[in-house]
Amino acid sequence: MLNKRLIVCLDVRDKKVTKGIKFKGNVDIGDPVEMGSRYSAEGVDELVFYDITASAEGRPIDLDMVREVASEVFIPFSVGGGIRNVQDMRNVLLAGAEKVSVNSLAVRTPHIITEGAELFGRQCVVVGMDVQHVGISKEYPSGYQVVIHGGRTAVEKDAVEWALEVEKLGAGEICVNSIDADGMKTGYELTITGMIADAVTIPVIASGGGGVPQHLTDVLTKTNAEAALVASMVHYGTYTCPQIKEEMHSHGVQLRMDW
Amino acid sequence: MIAVVDYKAGNLRSVQRALEKIEVESVVTHDPETILAADHVIFPGVGAAGTAMKSLLESGIGEVLKKCIDAGKPVLGICLGTQIIMDHSEEDGGVDCLGIIKGNTIRFQFDDPNVTVPEMGWNQVNFSKEHPIFKGIESGTNFYFVHSYYPSPASEESALTETEYAGLTFTSALTAGNLVATQFHPEKSGRHGLKLLKNFADWDGRL
Repeated sequence: MLNKRLIVCLDVRDKKVTKGIKFKGNVDIGDPVEMGSRYSAEGVDELVFYDITASAEGRPIDLDMVREVASEVFIPFSVGGGIRNVQDMRNVLLAGAEKVSVNSLAVRTPHIITEGAELFGRQCVVVGMDVQHVGISKEYPSGYQVVIHGGRTAVEKDAVEWALEVEKLGAGEICVNSIDADGMKTGYELTITGMIADAVTIPVIASGGGGVPQHLTDVLTKTNAEAALVASMVHYGTYTCPQIKEEMHSHGVQLRMDW
Repeated sequence: MIAVVDYKAGNLRSVQRALEKIEVESVVTHDPETILAADHVIFPGVGAAGTAMKSLLESGIGEVLKKCIDAGKPVLGICLGTQIIMDHSEEDGGVDCLGIIKGNTIRFQFDDPNVTVPEMGWNQVNFSKEHPIFKGIESGTNFYFVHSYYPSPASEESALTETEYAGLTFTSALTAGNLVATQFHPEKSGRHGLKLLKNFADWDGRL
């Protein structure tokens, strides 16, 4: 039986893992390669490396870091941030990433999803979408709107409609990140995560808001999301990956426990 | 020396990196002589069957692979590499494959709209038989899968392991003498995957 997945996200800036609240006030907390190998040894199912300033600084993703991670980490990992075109995607995959994540780029130039899927296979293309609650309206039937640039710019797209569109364009997986919940440790946004997971037939990752293991159990049992993503919960030593997995497992979540 | 066969199908370097980690020498190559001279051959692959078969036929690597198997060399297929050793694949509108193991590669089809395809993630691999590549690994261990198609061998003889996804039990590894092939990715399956690759590197191809 397929397991649900625990994913740890490492936001990287200047070769350091960093973490902020609501995408602001970042502090450096460690080395990405060292942290990635440690989480891998502690049973995390997948890793995400996000180069958070590549896009803003208009520079390509740090491929040396991707290569270093790939020579130490033997579980799937995806890389995002600063992907500008299919050549960038190719470079990241050849450097050893399993998947590439696109977010703002997919909103600006949706055909990048199709090109990436045709060239590398749709399982390689993860579309990250930042969403915020705006209330149900004619423009936003789900009540949630897509935002880009780390939450700074709202776009005129309904979250569920965008999810269906990226699936149609060729995305292999969708990561739904709630801007309202990000860094707040009050739990995942079950409503929009559930709506998107029900609407699409590709795997959905829940992101933003995880504070205690029960939050992960909730999102993985009350919605059809297949994975939950955490960052600050493990980065500051509040919890270890085994603690999170053991608690979720004791509440009946199907997980890989033989790492 | 292990030859990791390059037939322009996806990320071969992840296999090579895993071999580096376990200190096994390897070369990523599409040169027939290098492949034929290697002690072991890994036939990996991520991508689509149609493109892969076209490349294998044009380059003649399909024939080289068959020679390696006939010569008794230990050969490991991974993912797409496993699917295209069958007779036929349903992918890309139907593609004739290498026909090394009898049977077909079939697409996942589920009535339940909540079942996601591809199957993506860690799943249990249950051993139907013992095999040298599983030395020190328990039946039921989780390995990493990413696939929309799965091999369906004509004979039970070829089925090495079983995995269940959304109520469907499929063959997740195949065996045929010195050829062994997995639908899952040992190079992405943490320490158990590295152990499997080490076992393969130590295997002489005999059962």
